[in-house]
Amino acid sequence: MTTATPRNKKIALLCAIGMLNLSVFALGGQMKDVDSTSSKQNKIEIKDFAFNPQTITVKAGEKVTWINRDEEPHTVVSVEKQFKKSTALDTDQEFTITAGSPGTYTYFCSVHPKMTGTIVVEK
Amino acid sequence: MSDYISHDHEHDGIDRRGFLQCMAWAGTGLLWTISGGVLASKTLAEIAKAGNPLPATDLSFLQISDSHIGFNKEANKDVTATFKIALDRINAMPTPPSFLIHTGDITQLSKPEEFDTFDQVLKSCRTKDVFYVPGEHDVLNDGGKLYRERYLKSVEGKGSGWYSFNKNGVHFIGLVNVLDLQAGGLGQLGDEQLEWLEADVKGLGADTPIVAFAHIPLWAVYPQWGWGTSDSERALGYLKRFGSVTVLNGHIHQVLQKVEGNVTFHTAMSTAFPQPAPGTAPSPGPMKVPAEQLRSMLGLTSVQYKQGKTALAVVDSNLS
Repeated sequence: MTTATPRNKKIALLCAIGMLNLSVFALGGQMKDVDSTSSKQNKIEIKDFAFNPQTITVKAGEKVTWINRDEEPHTVVSVEKQFKKSTALDTDQEFTITAGSPGTYTYFCSVHPKMTGTIVVEK
Repeated sequence: MSDYISHDHEHDGIDRRGFLQCMAWAGTGLLWTISGGVLASKTLAEIAKAGNPLPATDLSFLQISDSHIGFNKEANKDVTATFKIALDRINAMPTPPSFLIHTGDITQLSKPEEFDTFDQVLKSCRTKDVFYVPGEHDVLNDGGKLYRERYLKSVEGKGSGWYSFNKNGVHFIGLVNVLDLQAGGLGQLGDEQLEWLEADVKGLGADTPIVAFAHIPLWAVYPQWGWGTSDSERALGYLKRFGSVTVLNGHIHQVLQKVEGNVTFHTAMSTAFPQPAPGTAPSPGPMKVPAEQLRSMLGLTSVQYKQGKTALAVVDSNLS
């Protein structure tokens, strides 16, 4: 994993700072959160009328982004209306949500309802 | 008659290779004629080239479908131009059709400017009466509000926009099967529309010719690609007592047909771009053909139903 090394370095650095000053450690903790979110690519590609990966596991608070690679518009709609639905995404358009409470969320494309996907949100 | 017939093993005027070539094109117009309650269709090119006026019929109308105004990808970078060609063919007909039926996907992305372009181009058509049903591309973000405001002016739209009307003794039913779709499912009519349909046809004599039209096929063309309507069986149950039922659909951008008892199912080509035959590609997305081929593949596919024959004849001809 390409992200492991910088992340490990940052954690090591944070630990060092933390030993020096607790208040700085708190700030460092926040930075670490931001770092882990941006380094993990919760990307779902829409291609050939399918969500890929079909099931994705993310941590609460992380962002999930869909990108449409088809020449056909698609949508992202929560089956149980648990998160805001996207507008119709044209080619190369993206849609992003932030994962909320832990649980399993199913969604589909309201234009092509055969297309379904699942987001598993962990703590 | 057809520029494509090079092999005709069956001596039926149908060349399989030519047929497949034509299948890969976009842009169509079929002229449907109803005579004595029997519905048949001819290509516009066939009629225009022959220069013959239509045989005297009770009624003629034309189905056009899937114009996808706003689409600008590789499969056809100028769908407005091919839509215009289709309209030119209609205008060139010696006897203009009484009206048009557009079986949906007027636009690519339901944008007001796309609807505007369609309406503007359509003004060049000599035939002014047009009856619509929406495609999923026409109702993308607003549940079909804009579509209904624009395209249901001449009919009494019920619910999400379904309606019926009578012309020359033929009962036409425009159905909506692209809204409130369920996860994992297909096209859907819904209980409210089905109850309306049952009541709508209740008082009609069994000898009334029925033409039902909707965007997504009302038969299971290829459910793996969503090419079907989950509750179409129930709808057809209300129609099966009639002696002549014709179901016209779009959505799949190619001609397919099926005859089941008194019911003839038919899907039309698009005026925008072709889609692959069921199961022949990873997905049903727009099918790209070489640019130089696209123009030569512009053409029409017609289906003829002759009285006393159960089989339908398919005749292809290009537009050039």
